[in-house]
Amino acid sequence: MDAILEPLRYTFFLEGLLVAGLSGALLGFIGVFIVLRGMSYIGHGLSHSIFGGFAAVQLFASQFYLLGAGLWGIASALAINTVSRRSRLGADAAIGVITTASFALGVALFARFGSSGPSFENALFGSILGISTEQIIGLTVVSLFAVAFVFFRYRALVFSTFDPEVADVSGVRVNRIEAQLMVVLSLSILATLTVIGVTLVAAMLVIPAVVARMLTDSFGRMLAWSTVVGTFSGLVGMYVSYYADVPSGTMIVLVGALIFVIVFAFAGRSRRRRSAGLDSHVEPVPASASVR
Amino acid sequence: MTATGVGPELIRLSDVEAGYDHEVVLHDVNLHVHEDQFTGIVGPSGSGKTTLLRLLLGIVKPMAGAVQKQPGLRIAYVPQLETVNWDFPITVFECVLMSGSRGRHFTVPWASNAEKANAHAVLERLGINTLADRQIRNLSGGQQQRMFLARALYRKPQLLLLDEPTSGVDVSTRHDVLHLLADLHEDGVAIVLTTHDLNGMAAHLPHLICVNHRVIADGTPAEVIRPAVLEQTFGARMEVLEHLGMRVVVDERPEHAMKWTQ
Repeated sequence: MDAILEPLRYTFFLEGLLVAGLSGALLGFIGVFIVLRGMSYIGHGLSHSIFGGFAAVQLFASQFYLLGAGLWGIASALAINTVSRRSRLGADAAIGVITTASFALGVALFARFGSSGPSFENALFGSILGISTEQIIGLTVVSLFAVAFVFFRYRALVFSTFDPEVADVSGVRVNRIEAQLMVVLSLSILATLTVIGVTLVAAMLVIPAVVARMLTDSFGRMLAWSTVVGTFSGLVGMYVSYYADVPSGTMIVLVGALIFVIVFAFAGRSRRRRSAGLDSHVEPVPASASVR
Repeated sequence: MTATGVGPELIRLSDVEAGYDHEVVLHDVNLHVHEDQFTGIVGPSGSGKTTLLRLLLGIVKPMAGAVQKQPGLRIAYVPQLETVNWDFPITVFECVLMSGSRGRHFTVPWASNAEKANAHAVLERLGINTLADRQIRNLSGGQQQRMFLARALYRKPQLLLLDEPTSGVDVSTRHDVLHLLADLHEDGVAIVLTTHDLNGMAAHLPHLICVNHRVIADGTPAEVIRPAVLEQTFGARMEVLEHLGMRVVVDERPEHAMKWTQ
């Protein structure tokens, strides 16, 4: 019990715990849509892309680096969406080009000019130190925004995730919903970046959702389970990070991965099969659809 | 070319060219879809029959010509079963309800009592209300097709479009689907579907359109299922036999096969 209560005496840990729990919940919540849409690689790419913007903007206006990185991430997300839809370049290739180039730019800028915000290592792997009140407020606002977005767009989101072509024909503005989801995803990555870290955010988008898929056959319950698993990973990961003195992001992801291993080990074949089918999502028909 | 039909016109395609990435797949399509229509679009793979269906849906835009739809036309679409992610975490009931989504309006996630009653009524009509809480993976081929028909009917469509509704299903399911579609047509729903199944599906429909990058022929099965039309459509010689008043298409035996049987 003391092991749980002892770190709570420190304000920095309490703030870290709050942010880690909220980050895990937010990424777990949004991750359901990302995983079911087969967009896991986009989450991975976007977090790297945001790192580029993060490094570039702070050179010119360090106080606005979060805003700049956010705009950079949203622009990258929309660029990926547009390039993969309107050209012969596949989504994977579009993500590979746009986001890795952005990440490389970030690394180069960090190496050449250093950082006036978080350190290079903290940006990559996350840290519980130096969390500001603004970051807590920002994460809370983004979380509330994400919940409101999913609440009011729930049916259209589920329909366009399951069957984008029929959703489109049925009056759902699929392109708009996808663009809005990309914006929410970018904001979520940005808001959780300081605790989870650029390189590990994608894992927290994927792991809770995959675990949740093995636990339930209902979309609503998957959303709830994924949020719970994300929150639990964030909270437990913070404690382990504190005692092991390693970056918070690594431990949060490792706790999530451990949960995955346990659930996978105890899940029957049919439950495992559910997670195996996660990437057999339905793509909307692109402009260059094959002729039938 | 004008499809048969005497009811009010729902969609009109005038001198339409359509395709993808500047490659024209369909040429010179003139087609009227009427309120009382029950039509099968037949043609070989790559002939543009799905493109024609997508033109009617509005997913594919014409490169030339015009597609005119009746204002406020309610269209529902049933995709091919093979294209669906059956591991998606939803039940039959949730699948039907989702077609009530309206992109321009904010809605609460849960369904109203009226929406639930409507969904149950549609499932009841299709004989699968007892499966409402079942995950979609745990359905037979026929039940899956009925579920998508229920989702389409939930929208109370005037026009129902189906892409290969009997592809990959067994004979019994094919009969079920055919009877179900005939019942819906009786109830006043216009139906247009694509099929490559000449004997099992097309021959049973009241109206056919043969497509091979352009409309080769349209009319009743008796008018369309003829060797000359089929050869023009499919690029292969076929024989047409009569059986109990139905047209049955068989591949013409190649010469070497005839030698083997002698």
